[in-house]
Amino acid sequence: MNSEEVSKVASLARLSLSEDELVTYGEQLTKILSYVDVLNEVDVEGVEPMPHAIDLRNVFREDQRQPSLNRTAALANAPKTDGSYFQVPQILEQKDA
Amino acid sequence: MTRIMDLKPLPPTAALLDWLERGTMTSRELTENCLARIEEQNPTLNAFVSVNAEAALAQADAVDARRAAGQPIGLLQGLPVGIKDNMCQTGTLTTCGSRMLHHFRPPYDAHVVERLLAEDGIIIGKCNMDEFAMGSSTESSVAGVTRNPHNPDHSAGGSSGGSAAAVAASMVPLALGSDTGGSIRQPASFCGVVGMKPTYGRVSRYGLVAFASSLDQIGPFAKDVTGATLLLQAIAGHDTRDSTSVNSAVPDYIAAMKQPLTGLKIGIVDEHYGEGLDQEVAESVRNAIAKLEAAGATVRKVELPHAKYSVATYYLIAPSEASSNLARYDGIHYGYRSENFDPKADGLVDLYCRSRGEGFGAEVKRRIMLGTYALSAGYYDAYYLRALKVRRRIREDYDKAFADVDVIAGPVAPTPAFKLGYQSDDPLAMYLADIYTISANLAGIPGISIPCGTSSSGLPIGIQLQAPAFEETRLLQAARMLEATSTGS
Repeated sequence: MNSEEVSKVASLARLSLSEDELVTYGEQLTKILSYVDVLNEVDVEGVEPMPHAIDLRNVFREDQRQPSLNRTAALANAPKTDGSYFQVPQILEQKDA
Repeated sequence: MTRIMDLKPLPPTAALLDWLERGTMTSRELTENCLARIEEQNPTLNAFVSVNAEAALAQADAVDARRAAGQPIGLLQGLPVGIKDNMCQTGTLTTCGSRMLHHFRPPYDAHVVERLLAEDGIIIGKCNMDEFAMGSSTESSVAGVTRNPHNPDHSAGGSSGGSAAAVAASMVPLALGSDTGGSIRQPASFCGVVGMKPTYGRVSRYGLVAFASSLDQIGPFAKDVTGATLLLQAIAGHDTRDSTSVNSAVPDYIAAMKQPLTGLKIGIVDEHYGEGLDQEVAESVRNAIAKLEAAGATVRKVELPHAKYSVATYYLIAPSEASSNLARYDGIHYGYRSENFDPKADGLVDLYCRSRGEGFGAEVKRRIMLGTYALSAGYYDAYYLRALKVRRRIREDYDKAFADVDVIAGPVAPTPAFKLGYQSDDPLAMYLADIYTISANLAGIPGISIPCGTSSSGLPIGIQLQAPAFEETRLLQAARMLEATSTGS
């Protein structure tokens, strides 16, 4: 993986990485990816992918009202709140008054 | 009542249960003993990251009071239990060994925590782990490394190293861990205790901080098979809040485990004894299998031709799932938020990136990167999808093998506990050491690690038994049979 690819993946993963990290991960991921190429030896023609260990599909339940977290509990672990809401940076431009 | 002051090392689980039931020892006395042992040992071993003495003693007193009043007592009878720090307990720090969750106090209990409380297990504290359960040495925790009770220069294994060390050092008779690629079985082997990964779906993962959702499973640690059986019995079963927990009756493991097995057919795999396996480990495992044979089991060879691809398959699937699961840590709803933020110049995405870049450690970021790459446009088919197909091949191998044998026996890890700091610069070398454990996670089958010997340097060696899905009973019976051949009890 070249540094451009590593930066692109870091941006997809929403990870801000230092220059050193980009270099190290580039080298390590290249090594790991060349190892996993061993899977190309396996004949997987016609094999169904196995995303899960058990063959479960669509577990349904009745849509019933149930108690949920109250506001205080939901906000208790938030790094920044105004007491009623999560606080996030402004995401829309303000119109010049 | 007789006061039992010196319980180090802790006696077998059956003796503890007997004393509690007969009133020879109260749950408070046992809990105090464990707390004293933690105070003495934890500064060196760092098995526990937090201890809740007050709540544990209050819970023990409540069990003792009910017992004194002749009221029914749960399965765990007031035995203290340690839980891995990735299991949510209301109001109790649940850090996952990460700066990201350093101050996180969950607003709810994990299913297994509810089960422990309902069955009168005394929750004494939270055990150390590799950050987000990603690792095999318990060195990547923000709380520092856990040391092996048999030799503090060596690793306790990982990622559930704290749980394994806590049981091995007699800080607690029982502990819970989680196993995504061997994270219960390998530390059990390194620390010389019993550790079991149940079948995928046997234990609800509700309230377990997710790592790789198609592989994660919670399971027990104990000094002996009786303890592991008891703890599995307490936590197994369906839970509607984890729709992958299977809705089938839980067998009476405790009764079944005591029944001797006749005509046990053991499978052995030639590839298990290839390059990279320590000779003392190979010898101990072979001796243990020979003991089972002497006790009436028959041994035959089976083939798992795709097992050699399990590391490559796992290190695509697990990081892919992790990259998706860990997307929830955004610095907004809970967890770490970067202070390095200028509201005038930076946007929301900068806040995400910096919070995650600063909040996650090196191994977690490496796996998020790997998983993001494997799932990204242009690479999905070549990496992730191919890995899912090879995964089915691995599962089919097991199905074929288990048509001929009841259990498969082999090593847990290629070596006894390695030295702390070993391989920390070479992630691939560390991943390759998971070779014997990860195929059970990929296939979804149960596996157990049982002590079977000691290396010339005095470190424990474990043997792994694997069984078909939902055959925990058979696994525990075979494990008990093996334990009886070594201890004579």
